[in-house]
Amino acid sequence: MFYREAGEFRTTYKEDSQTFPIRFDRWRYYFVLFVAICVIPFMVNDYWVNSIFLPFLIYAIAAIGLNILVGYCGQVSLGTGGFMAVGAYACYKLMTAFPDVSMFIHVILAGVITAGVGMLFGLPSLRIKGFYLAVATLAAQFFLVWLFNRVPWFYNYSASGQINAPERDTFGILITGPNTEAWATYVFCLIFTVVSAIIARNLTRGSVGRKWMAIRDMDIAAEIIGVNPLTAKLSAFAISSFFVGISGALFFSVYLGAVEVGEAFGINKSFLVLFMIIIGGLGSIFGSFAGAAFLVLLPVALKVVGVDWLGWPTDIVAHLQLVIVGALIIVFLIAEPHGIAQLWRVTKEKLRLWPFPH
Amino acid sequence: MLDQADGYTTADGRKIGPVVMEMKNITLRFGGVEAIKDISFDIREGEIRAIIGPNGAGKSSMLNVISGFYVPQEGQVFYQGQPRPPMKPFQVARQGIARTFQNIALFEGMTVLDNVMTGRLTHMQTGLFWQSMWKGKAEEEETANREVAEKIIDFLEIQAIRKTPVARLPYGLKKRVELARALAAEPSLLLLDEPMAGMNVEEKEDMSRFILDVNDEFGTTIALIEHDMGVVMDLSDRVVVMDYGKKIGDGTPDEVRNNQDVIDAYLGVAHD
Repeated sequence: MFYREAGEFRTTYKEDSQTFPIRFDRWRYYFVLFVAICVIPFMVNDYWVNSIFLPFLIYAIAAIGLNILVGYCGQVSLGTGGFMAVGAYACYKLMTAFPDVSMFIHVILAGVITAGVGMLFGLPSLRIKGFYLAVATLAAQFFLVWLFNRVPWFYNYSASGQINAPERDTFGILITGPNTEAWATYVFCLIFTVVSAIIARNLTRGSVGRKWMAIRDMDIAAEIIGVNPLTAKLSAFAISSFFVGISGALFFSVYLGAVEVGEAFGINKSFLVLFMIIIGGLGSIFGSFAGAAFLVLLPVALKVVGVDWLGWPTDIVAHLQLVIVGALIIVFLIAEPHGIAQLWRVTKEKLRLWPFPH
Repeated sequence: MLDQADGYTTADGRKIGPVVMEMKNITLRFGGVEAIKDISFDIREGEIRAIIGPNGAGKSSMLNVISGFYVPQEGQVFYQGQPRPPMKPFQVARQGIARTFQNIALFEGMTVLDNVMTGRLTHMQTGLFWQSMWKGKAEEEETANREVAEKIIDFLEIQAIRKTPVARLPYGLKKRVELARALAAEPSLLLLDEPMAGMNVEEKEDMSRFILDVNDEFGTTIALIEHDMGVVMDLSDRVVVMDYGKKIGDGTPDEVRNNQDVIDAYLGVAHD
């Protein structure tokens, strides 16, 4: 089972433009999907789901969303936390207003609402770019958090100012609330992650994706070629916010269950997701997954090694964890500034010629 | 012969059609600087029209006016017989005008194929929803446009590098890819801004051959800016000569070559 491209001939353009043109890649993808859908749900317990799978899947959606905006369209955004909050609060309002509607609909609608808000805050991108745009989106981050803190309507006038996910189901299976089954929440998030990834891939390999990348690489040339910068940038903001909103809705309703906006969706969250796509690889769907995995799994792995294997005190491990993750990020960015996805690409290119590289 | 309304026949027997684009009394100012002063000329269907002139003569500005990047303060642009209102560059592109740049303006992060496919964007209309599904409409459109793109790739002999990221290519190939991207739009008017700048003789010969072939096979009307006088005189059917923003000559290469103003201002009397 070695990675081989030799002997594979693609005779139609359709075959050439598929997501995994190489058979080995394709089978690996099917295998991962099979394990994720048919094996993991029967093996997971609460610990695995809550500390590994849910954060990984949910952050992967957010990373895909942000990657579309930053990695594909080149519009830097620091407002991810704020847009996740929009998704969370939209989902909360929908859940409480329409208790009988399926959670699927709520989460998708939360994404749609976030897409609208994202487009609104994307308007400055038509005039400013780079760092200046980043600052404008930073304003969105602070404004949105402030809004959800200060306007009681958003948290249904609850005394604590928090929002709590009530028990809601889809097809009769509980998805939110304290009495959920581990496998149900896992499968629910998995569906959203897989579909998001497929949609993102379809968009980025087609003409919309090329419009975004053209704007990213050279906006003047893009315009001369016939790309309308207004629609290209706003569509990137809308699609990106749609995914980020979905991830925010899942983060609140399925993963945390109760949320205080400044804590859960503060500026830290924006940076976390931005780090994910920088480490994973800008402009790559795989990179979004890799980055999310890196930043979600590494702390858990360090904790397991430190506390469970080496028997060190918890607080020391917690601090070491910060130091090691921080150092690794720096090492990574120096060694491979284009992220894990680029590392993987280079490996593949080497494997193409292995073992006779000349 | 030149003033016939329905075109003329070139020395090598090609039929040149009616006027595609007409510039009437164009004046373009940047603040106090007049980059273009009251220039009028036309471009006819199927011809290769060159704009030449010394550095700073206003050639690139002229091309930018044609491609809609600059809006002239005075004068009117007529495209296919219609006066053209001030437009955004992407609207001009949708009218069938494509261009290349003096300093290559490719999308460095994308592969050659993706770059050429971006040239097809004006022909791709599938909505976001269908694209997110991919199967069906979007895939069919992609395949149909890919076929056109591949034809251009074959034509310009860049098959071997179609999956290479543009950033890795040498200069000469980049110029060719940029031509491919412009051609992929199947433009009715192609603007080339110094297509041969910085090339060696061999690359220049290749590029000249491609330009002639494009004109010959696709019947594309071409307007180009070039400094290499030999190339210009060989390639073009008619030449506009500019100096300090003014038009000082207009006609066939032979006419221009014998125009005293042009010789004085551009070719230089003392050097010969």
